[in-house]
Amino acid sequence: MLHIYCPYCEEMREEEEFSYSGEAHIARPLDPESLTDAEWGDYVFFRTNPRGLHHEMWNHAVGCRRYFNVTRNTHTYEIYETYKMGEQPTVTGGKS
Amino acid sequence: MKKYSGFSLFKHSLKHHEDWQKAWRSPRPKKSYDVIIVGGGGHGLATAYYLAKEHGITNIAVVEKGYLGGGNTARNTTIVRSNYLWDEASKLYDHALDLWYGLSQDLNYNVMFSSRGVMNLGHNLQDMRDIERRVNANRLNGIDAAVLNTQEVKEIVPIINDSQDIRYPVLGASWQKTGGVARHDAVAWGFARGADQLGVDLIQQCEVTDIVVEQGAVTGVQTNQGFIGAKKVACVTAGNSGVVAAMAGIRLPLESHPLQALVSEPIKPIIDTVVMSNAVHAYVSQSDKGDLVIGAGIDSYNGYGQRGSFHVVEHTLSAICELFPMFSRVRMNRAWGGVVDTCPDACPIISKTRVDGLYFNCGWGTGGFKATPGSGHVFAHTVAHDEPHPLAKPFTIDRFNTGHLIDEHGAAGVAH
Repeated sequence: MLHIYCPYCEEMREEEEFSYSGEAHIARPLDPESLTDAEWGDYVFFRTNPRGLHHEMWNHAVGCRRYFNVTRNTHTYEIYETYKMGEQPTVTGGKS
Repeated sequence: MKKYSGFSLFKHSLKHHEDWQKAWRSPRPKKSYDVIIVGGGGHGLATAYYLAKEHGITNIAVVEKGYLGGGNTARNTTIVRSNYLWDEASKLYDHALDLWYGLSQDLNYNVMFSSRGVMNLGHNLQDMRDIERRVNANRLNGIDAAVLNTQEVKEIVPIINDSQDIRYPVLGASWQKTGGVARHDAVAWGFARGADQLGVDLIQQCEVTDIVVEQGAVTGVQTNQGFIGAKKVACVTAGNSGVVAAMAGIRLPLESHPLQALVSEPIKPIIDTVVMSNAVHAYVSQSDKGDLVIGAGIDSYNGYGQRGSFHVVEHTLSAICELFPMFSRVRMNRAWGGVVDTCPDACPIISKTRVDGLYFNCGWGTGGFKATPGSGHVFAHTVAHDEPHPLAKPFTIDRFNTGHLIDEHGAAGVAH
């Protein structure tokens, strides 16, 4: 059971209150009409799926119902930080 | 290699079973091979076996970072069925089911395949409509399938709770009598022994740290036992496929999730078939040893930790206890997790890649065990001919760019 700090409620809550929404910081293409099928497929389906540091979106489904970002290790499940939408992670493991 | 038989069992019993030959060699890796298979689970070993047996390629190494069959092969709930909705998927899984029959004889190794039937329960009218549709599709594809009502379910599984006053009443089920279970370890060991006999080198404790690509073609793999050259590299690494693909600079449409299962203490024979319910995320069968083998759903988050969250197990057991009230006081012995590589359309990727000589067989998600022999069989063809096997053709990685998905999510009773 993960314990997740909601940056909006400013409280540590249990995982069951949240729902997972996958990889974070995937920007929606600004001009979808001009994308090739390959580019559109990449945007919709392809993910980095790293073993280790991962930036991901969670939704506080039975709390404030807002989306926020989490930096988590997918191997140890350790959560390094949570931050609001629109903000950038501070823990990046050397990568930006 | 000596053949296993009733006679050899008798002969060795006279020597107190202390003189059995080793099932396979443990060779040092050669400098190079025609084909290197990364991943020594059921699918990888099956690929090696069929490459050697049917395509005459015997200069093969299977490299495995842990021990053979120690990953998802050892962690699944061993269910075998082929009642998928779409033509492409049902043909692939039915091809595997055909191979399950006769696999023990083919391998001269008892994989303990038991065709005890698999039941997928429906709990509301929409479930039942989907079941009708799927069973009809199965029959058109020549797959054994039937729709059962509550009474028929109760006749096959007398201990099931058929009350219509519970939260998820049993309204009926789809029933594949030819499905069943097999012994997971034996499948890996049988293929390993068969492949070794045909000259395949099985190299354990050998972790691939890099895939070496020169001018768009693969030349070998870097491992913790040094560089091993290869004309072709076939990756069958399940949950870690994304990590291995990244070594060659390839992205896959996969997300790795923990999937949990658990077994109870051994009890007397009580359930002689497999009961699955996707709506409530629970499935149960009883092993030959007597323990109830129970599978849960995946954890929602990405995870490589081979363990999941407790509440997932809790949800599964509450469903099991509602369906089988008599199990409420059975104690659970062990719980574990595996890492499954789920695809957006819940179908596998059996494919060439844009790197010459590099192949991937992955994305089996929560249901790869049932396909083990079929997966190895069609992947061996794909690797040997550098062309997809006709059954594997729809499962290329390109489908995520062309849009030709085979959407089995929910459609075919895929636990999700």
